[in-house]
Formats: sequence, C-alpha cells, structure tokens
Amino acid sequence: MSQTDDDDATTPAEEALPEPEGASEIIETDYEIGQDNITPKIGPFGLDIHNPVFVVSGLVVVAFVIITLAFQDAVGPALGAMRGYLTSTFDWFLIMAGNIFVLVCLGILVSPLGKVRLGGADATPDYSYGGWFAMLFAAGMGIGLMFFGVLEPAYYFATPWGDQPLSRDIGIVDGALVDPATVEAARRTAMAGTIYHWGLHPWAMYAVVALSLALFAYNKGLPLTVRSIFYPIFGEKIWGWRGHVIDILAVFATLFGLATSLGFGAQQATAGIGFVFGMEDLGATATFPVILIAIITALALVSVLRGLDGGVKVLSEVNMVLAILLMVFVILVGPTFTLVSQFFGNLGAYATEILALSNPIGRDDDGYRQGWTAFYWAWWISWSPFVGMFIARVSRGRTVREFITCVLLIPTIVSAIWMTAFGGTAIDQLINSVTESAVYGFVIDAYVPELSLFGMLSELPFAAITSVIGIILVIVFFVTSSDSGSLVIDTITAGGKINAPVSQRVFWVIFEGLVAAALLLGGGLVALQAASVSTGLPFAVVLLLACFALVKGLMNEPR
Amino acid sequence: MYRKVIFPVDLTHIDQLGRALQTAIDLARHYKAEICFIAVTGTAPSAVARTPQEFQAKLEALAAEQGQAHGLTTSAMALTSHDPSIDTDKTLLAAIREAGGDLVIMQTHAPNALDYIWAGHGDTIAAHSEASVFLVR
Repeated sequence: MSQTDDDDATTPAEEALPEPEGASEIIETDYEIGQDNITPKIGPFGLDIHNPVFVVSGLVVVAFVIITLAFQDAVGPALGAMRGYLTSTFDWFLIMAGNIFVLVCLGILVSPLGKVRLGGADATPDYSYGGWFAMLFAAGMGIGLMFFGVLEPAYYFATPWGDQPLSRDIGIVDGALVDPATVEAARRTAMAGTIYHWGLHPWAMYAVVALSLALFAYNKGLPLTVRSIFYPIFGEKIWGWRGHVIDILAVFATLFGLATSLGFGAQQATAGIGFVFGMEDLGATATFPVILIAIITALALVSVLRGLDGGVKVLSEVNMVLAILLMVFVILVGPTFTLVSQFFGNLGAYATEILALSNPIGRDDDGYRQGWTAFYWAWWISWSPFVGMFIARVSRGRTVREFITCVLLIPTIVSAIWMTAFGGTAIDQLINSVTESAVYGFVIDAYVPELSLFGMLSELPFAAITSVIGIILVIVFFVTSSDSGSLVIDTITAGGKINAPVSQRVFWVIFEGLVAAALLLGGGLVALQAASVSTGLPFAVVLLLACFALVKGLMNEPR
Repeated sequence: MYRKVIFPVDLTHIDQLGRALQTAIDLARHYKAEICFIAVTGTAPSAVARTPQEFQAKLEALAAEQGQAHGLTTSAMALTSHDPSIDTDKTLLAAIREAGGDLVIMQTHAPNALDYIWAGHGDTIAAHSEASVFLVR
C-alpha cells in the first residue's frame, strides 16, 4: 500500500467530521492531540509524553524534593508559613469561591442545561451506577472519611482551643460535661460544622472540574487534560505556555498531594497497627512506614497493570463494601436509635447553619473558619484536578443533571450518614464517659488524630475485628488513590492521550512511592503538603474561570 | 479454507501496515474470504479521532477503500475500551470471537527483551485466540 492510499483513506472522515453520538458541538481547532508529544525510547520502553509538561513536572517535583531535603530547616517553616498565611489571609476568598461553586452546580442542576448529555445526546453510560459511584467516592474522599469521621465532630464538640464552629457552645469544659441543653446544642453545631466540610462544597469543587473536563473532552472533542477547560477563555493560545502552566500545576498538586498523603497515611496506618496489636514503638522508626509505602506501591502497581476496569474499579467496589460493613456495624452496635434519629436532625442542622457557616465575612471564629474551613477548601481545590480528571474519565454517557445529582447531592447525604455514624458514636462516648473515653484521650487530652478512629472502635464490641477492617480500608483506599492518581498524572503528562504506554503509569506509581519514602525518611512531609495545599489558592481562581467556561460551553450544546 | 480474515489495525500507525495488509489481501483473495478491519479506541478524544464515531468512520473508510482497490469484500468494526492502554488485547480477542473470524493477520514488532515482561499485542492474540493467527514482523 502506498502512502497516497493512506491519505485517501483518512480524507473522507476529515471532510465530514461526524458528530458525537447524537447532536453536539465539536470545537474546531487545528490542534491535533499528541502533536506536542515526543516518543523517546529508554531501553526497550517506548514512551509517548507531552513536551514540556512531562519533563518540567518531573524535574520540578525532583527539584522540590531535593531542596526540601537539603534545606529542611529553612524550607519547612517557610512553606508552612505560606500555607498559614494563605488560609488566614484569603479565607474569605476561598469560602466565597466555595459558595460560588455550589451555586453554579445547583443552578445548572435546575436549569435546562441539566439535559445535556456527556458524550452527545445518544451516548450510553460507561459504567453502572454501583461501579461509578464506588469510584467517585473512593477517589473523592474515602481516605479522609476514615481519618476525620471521628476526629472532627469530637474535636468541635469538646475543643479546649476555641476552634468550635461559629464560636458557639462546647460540650465539655475543663474535663466536665456541661448542662444537657448546651451539650445538645454543641453536638448539633459540631455535626453541622463537620458535614459542611464534607458536603455540598467539596463535591461542588470536584463537580465543576469533572463536569468541565468531561464536557470539553467528550462533547467538544478536546484532549482530556486540564487545560482544555479554558479553551473558551484563551482559545488556541491554550495549546501554548498558558496551558503548559495549568497542566504542570495540576501535576504538581496531584503528585505532591498524593505523595504526602501516602507518607502521612503510612505513618497513620503504622500508628493504628501499633495500637491495635499493642506494639506502641512500631512507629518510633521510619522502617515500618517505609515498608508500608512499598507494600501500597506494589499493590498499586498490580492494580495499574490490571487497568481501569480490572484494577481501580474492583478496588473501589471492595472499598465501598468494606466501608458500608464497617458503618453498618458501628450503627448497629453503637447507639442505634440515637444515631438514626440524629441523622435527620444533623441534616436539618446542616441546612439551617449552612448560611452562617459559609458566610465569608464578619465572623470571629478564626480557629474554625481559617484553621479548618479555609484549610479544607484549599485542600479540596488542590485535589480537584486529580479527582475531577478521574471522575470525568468514568462519567461519559451521563446527563449533566444525573452527574450533579450523583456527584453533589448523593455524596453529601452519604457523608452525612457516615459522619453521623462515626462522629455521633464518638460524641456519645464522650457524653457517657467524658474524660474516661478513648476518644477524649486521643482528640482532646493528647492530640493524636490518627488514633481517634481506633480509639472509638476500641470501646465498641469486636474491636479487634473492626480495627483490622479499619486498617485494611485505609490501606486499600491508599492503593486506589495511588493507582487512580497515576492514571490521571499519566494522562495529563501525555497531553490528554489515554492510550499511552503502560510503562508511563508504572513510572508515576513508583515515582510517587519514592517521593513519599524520601520525604518520610528525610523529613519534609509537612512542608510539601503545605506546598501542595497552597496550590489550592491559584486553583481557586482557575476554577472560577472554569465555572464561566463550563456554563458557556453547556449553553452551546444542543439540549 | 478461510472465510473471514480479521485484520486488527492501529489507526495511529496506519503507514506501517504495508506488509501485513498485503498479506491479508493476498490470502483473502486466494480463499475468497472477507477482510474485517477491527480497531480499538478509548472514549476520550485521541490523536486519530475526536469522538468514537469519527474513529468508526475512519476505520470504515479504510475498509471500504481497501475493498474497492482490491475487489474484496470488507467490513469494519470499531471497538471502544475504558482503558485502551491495558484492555486492547482483551477487547480484540472478544471482537475476533464475536466477528466469527477464522484467521487473524496482524502487524507486530520484532521480538525484544521487553516481550518477556510485556508481550506485544500480536503475541497475546496468538497465545489466546481460537482462530489461526498470522503475525507479520
């Protein structure tokens, strides 16, 4: 076959560009996906990577790790101070941006724009509701729910540091329970303040990124990478340095977010294992956490090699089943009737307090608003490129309305149930045993947040079994994040190609494990997590632009 | 002897098909068999096509053009995969079975050290397909 035949073969398709399934609005661009990619060969491994995104992100990450390790004394406090400065100075901006994301999502949900289907009017969903939802949740906040489910409500309920939401009452003062009416008020505020952080707002941040990416990739035909969202704003210029900066920032936030979480997660799991099996000195050296990182990375590697359907999806489903079992167990052996009646009360408290909690100005609860809310918002936003990319990847074929319902409303209710079960039980233990309870010991007395969940479980029956399930859940959630994170970083650094060689994904999984281990051994987890969370602020601006691009993009779609 | 020749094709490397395609054409002519072009794509936009429909159209165009040029019966079958980096082989194997192909002819690379860790697509198809497989180096 001659070269001319080849050209002829492709010509008819290019002349009449077929529409996606059903009507949609493909963006006419001269950019060809992969045109900036280079395909070097390292030994027998062929690569297909975006230049300069892959190279620069890789080098920036390595440089940051080396600088942090070499100049720990200077870099650590500097990055920590930067994060503190950003969350306390721009708390109003982050809180306001969060509100805008929620309003944009709810607006799209009820407007006719909700009828648009991702992938074109006749597209069919890639995944069933069960598999889809399991993946959304595992990527979105699985690990956080494990860590904060007990910690946060218990902390707000009894904080001696004045961090309670809205500067309201607290339930335990100087180690003694206050009067019942105040206790109930404190419990209610604690639950509302927690659900606020795990409800509509974080999911709206994810939803904005995910929906924009899915829309611009599946309906508009642009590459599945973060920069594509900004096509309506920058036009063809997005393929130049502006796009490179956005993509590199996304890789940076994702990789450091994952690596530092992995480092902390390994320490937390070590503490949990030490607590459950009575080996308190397990976490004294870095040996065991580093072994855990190696195990998690090895499992993630197996999952990566099994692909999206055989790896991440299966793990997410395993996670969901285990998490539901654990939650049902806590509800059944905990104060069942109290929890069931509290659930609706907590949702009501969330609904009535949401305006006060999300008000960005004129408040004096600095500890809560800046230390928790603004920190969370920066954190969620810095994760949004990762979670958003992943959610977009698995959401083709859903309508926008279905998407917002399943990414915003249902997760909020699930988070509320989870927080009611874990936080409600913990507060119940605090009310019943006050300073005698393990939760008091780990959250208020000596602040050991990583043991709060295990402390709560230790006072329920079958603590040995449930604690082991808890540890397994934490580890499997990390494996899932490591795998889906590599998938996302690989797609971004391959210029939006989802069929790049698997060796690249393997590279990112191992690289992430190495960065985590290096930071754990050399110190710098806190510093680089601060750096990663700090990217939340510039990304908040990016996300606000994305809201504009999203609405504009949706309006051009046939409904 | 053969009724349906399956010709898996990577539309990004369409210029490297020369020998494999010629082999398929010659054998199909000899046995008066149909050639079915099959290819796998992800659902996200790719270098080849920005939508799965565009991908299907390109593959159909290739099949039609080859059929016309060589006087053969051809067909095209574009397949989508959630994760084409990993699932391509599995998707191809299922498609070969579904299409009822009795001979698979495909382009493959020269063997190298990496084959011990990751087999190429051709190797996997040859190892697992029930149909006869002809790999063209």
